[in-house]
Amino acid sequence: MKPAPFAYHDPRTLDELIGLLSRHDNLKLLAGGQSLVPMLNMRFVIVDHIVDLNRVDGLAAIGDRNAAIEIGAMTRQRTLERDPVIARKAPIMQEALRHVGHLQTRSRGTIGGSLCHLDPAAELAGVARLYDAVLHVAGPRGMRDVKMADWSLGYMAPAVGPDEVLTGLTLPVWSEPHGHAFVEFARRHGDFAIVGVGCLLALDGKGMINRAAVALVGVATAPVRLTAAEVALTGQAPSVATFKAAAEHAEKLDCLADAHVSASYRQRLAGVLTERALARAATRAGGADVHR
Amino acid sequence: MSTARRITLRVNGRPAQGEVEPRRHLGDFLREDLGLTGTHLGCEHGVCGACTVIVDGVPARACLMLAVQADGAEVITVEGLAQADGTLHPIQQAFHAHHGLQCGFCTPGMLTTLAAFLAERPDADEAAIREAISGNICRCTGYESIVEAALAAGKILQSGG
Repeated sequence: MKPAPFAYHDPRTLDELIGLLSRHDNLKLLAGGQSLVPMLNMRFVIVDHIVDLNRVDGLAAIGDRNAAIEIGAMTRQRTLERDPVIARKAPIMQEALRHVGHLQTRSRGTIGGSLCHLDPAAELAGVARLYDAVLHVAGPRGMRDVKMADWSLGYMAPAVGPDEVLTGLTLPVWSEPHGHAFVEFARRHGDFAIVGVGCLLALDGKGMINRAAVALVGVATAPVRLTAAEVALTGQAPSVATFKAAAEHAEKLDCLADAHVSASYRQRLAGVLTERALARAATRAGGADVHR
Repeated sequence: MSTARRITLRVNGRPAQGEVEPRRHLGDFLREDLGLTGTHLGCEHGVCGACTVIVDGVPARACLMLAVQADGAEVITVEGLAQADGTLHPIQQAFHAHHGLQCGFCTPGMLTTLAAFLAERPDADEAAIREAISGNICRCTGYESIVEAALAAGKILQSGG
């Protein structure tokens, strides 16, 4: 349970970091280390170089840009959990973070690390998908942006090149008053979610749904937006029947099967959790209590 | 290819230093290089929580941090919870009073986690305490006595003890 030897680099600036990425092969970037270090310890990952992002200037900050929040890739999950801007403008991220690992792993774990490790069940990737986040990637050819919808190239494969690094993301927040909910089911608290569902729901003056977003994690290799349900919900009154109909879209998703549960189990769970998340979000949006 | 690095940090309020290979994790550094064997290593992949130490005020897994990353840090291990005169930390007193341990293997991680957690939230209720120690696995107690001890320690801390 000890890592194989590697050369260790701890650059102080982004330029220095990009230089290292261009010069070395068989390299891994070390963010919070809560997924990478276990893999190093177990020698699932054996690399020649570890480039530590923890001392690079300017990668850990939360900026309030009115219609958006800028989040540095090295912002700790613990910091996000306690941040007043996140609490006010994207509280669903804090609800989701309660499910991310444990107290001790959130002390070190970062949002950029979650997005680049890209576990299919990663709650923060789900939140990024829910908001249509834009990810900022730096490399030898400068900066480029990637939409969260285009971020996953496959199973745990983010759209970042070997000579590039994720520096942060822009989370476009909702300006209209809305309700939110993040619910998930895992075998034990802190385990990887079998399915997790996040949703945002805004109601108009007459109490009708005028904007909806639903994203699921754990069902497929990357977070999935339930676009068909979002369209179907818009213009409807929040009700058990409305949410049940929306949840049927989740039950039709093409779901993963693994050693723990079958695809049909995930589909059923996706439906149940979508209905629950919508009901909770509607109540928080100021609608009538539509829980059964 | 791997070259040792010199690190300087503070452990339990005292200066500490060492020459470490980059691949040495903080848990091994504390135990093997500093002789602080109070920090227990169980799974070494971040699941059991036994190796939890307090790094710059927050609880972290010592097996998931490289020792080189702790250069310049302030680390508190279970050995550093009691006061210099031997007076136990309220969470240690409460573990003693409420039988918060049996075999003791998970205890260092439970104590460091709860010391850091209760410092921030001494008024935490049972549900919050159970969530806080959800990343610390105990195979003896069934957690009941640990939770009772944490609640009692919270009361001592709230009263200024």
